[in-house]
Amino acid sequence: MPTLGADMEAGTLVAWRKQPGDALHRGDTLAEVDTEKGVIDVEVFHDGVLDAILVPAGTRVPVGTPLATIRAAGEPAAAPVAAAPAAVPVPPGPPETGEVQPAAAVAPTLPLPTPPLYAPALDALGRLRISPSARRLARELGVDPRLVKGTGREGAIARADIQRTAAGLPAAPQAVAPVAPAVAPPAAPPSADRLDRMRRTIAAAMSRSKREIPHYYLSTTIDLHRAMSRLDCENERRPPEKRLLAGVMLLKAAAMAIREVPELNAVWEGERVVVKPVVHVGVAISLRQGGLVILALHDTASRSLDDLMDGLRDLTARARAGRMKSSELADSTITVTSLGDRGVDAVWGVIYPPQVAIVGFGKIVERPWAMDGGLFVRRVVTATLAADHRVSDGHRGGLYLDAVDRLLQEPERL
Amino acid sequence: MNDEGKIRATVLEILGGIAPEADLAALAPDANFRRELDLDSMDFQNFVIRVCKALAVHIPDRDAAQLTTVAKCIDYLR
Repeated sequence: MPTLGADMEAGTLVAWRKQPGDALHRGDTLAEVDTEKGVIDVEVFHDGVLDAILVPAGTRVPVGTPLATIRAAGEPAAAPVAAAPAAVPVPPGPPETGEVQPAAAVAPTLPLPTPPLYAPALDALGRLRISPSARRLARELGVDPRLVKGTGREGAIARADIQRTAAGLPAAPQAVAPVAPAVAPPAAPPSADRLDRMRRTIAAAMSRSKREIPHYYLSTTIDLHRAMSRLDCENERRPPEKRLLAGVMLLKAAAMAIREVPELNAVWEGERVVVKPVVHVGVAISLRQGGLVILALHDTASRSLDDLMDGLRDLTARARAGRMKSSELADSTITVTSLGDRGVDAVWGVIYPPQVAIVGFGKIVERPWAMDGGLFVRRVVTATLAADHRVSDGHRGGLYLDAVDRLLQEPERL
Repeated sequence: MNDEGKIRATVLEILGGIAPEADLAALAPDANFRRELDLDSMDFQNFVIRVCKALAVHIPDRDAAQLTTVAKCIDYLR
């Protein structure tokens, strides 16, 4: 079960779109998963053949649970996955080439050869609950912590659990305490309370952000005279379906400016920050029934404005219809929120974990603008940045907003 | 030519498609529907696209922003 946003803890497998034996190509829709955001198409990360389905339709499972196995094309079918589980989870051997890989686990590069026999204890981000020292010990002893049953608080894995697993002993008897079974059937509640669930998950992610991320905030007012003149001129000769929204130009500028301050395009992975090479801007899209989703507009910096406009229109329509793809929910590397039409000058964003920055644009308004000793009426926008002080500081953030400004003064570069 | 009745019915039908939860019977002809129905810029652009198609008219970009109420749509498109 992939993590489809920082706030997701579990999802319900609604339907399989492929069957064992079917050929799969990267990007194919493998299954449909119901979450508080709507029904999500879970996409495949690798080419191959669907080997076995591990989670039947109609089942609700926690994030991180393997849903299916995929084998490389040409590989013989793997032995059927053990239906009768061994008493003790066996640590996997070293990975072999061409090994069966999880179809849609959180980290596609870390094969999970045997599905755990219980639901691993995961935090709000879908990460394993394990103490740093237990993680180190697991590495030393060659134990895969994802296959270890934790006996600590909320199922967290402690050093003793690693030692027990390495020695081939079952979990301590006092800890046989109820562990959520992988098949935990409160089936997906009806869509009527989806909004309620969405509010709760937004609350969880935003509370965590405000609790854990030391935000700093910057703002600048940008003259849009050149950018809007160019846009008006372009739109005047286009039919309505080909016209560009100003918001698309702002998105592209926000993405391109990352080149100058790349550390803002990053995510926290465990204890460290990982700078991402490609900018996938997460666009905050508000839903008519309330709530919002952040969806990735892939490879934002290198696509044309026309292509981005088509992409944004498609994303918005599908977000509101509740038909999104797993990559759109999971891939964004920085968020841009634009409250332009809601009539406010500026928006101060709350960073969407595990990202490290959020850019905000307010309404485009006419304002008096002093320049070259004269006073002019210009269309301007207030751009803001909220960023993680563990990763960058006000100086670098300021350079970023300045880069956005300079790009918008040369709209032909967008 | 599009008459007033056809324009009103078309505009309301398109608005209903964009804001399915809205009570269009309660929408006054001179009410700003962008505000009343909470249409963002993408919704509004979709509205203009669909009006152009349904009524076979051309609406230049500089005029589109005027179409904020049902009454103004009728004035402009009649």
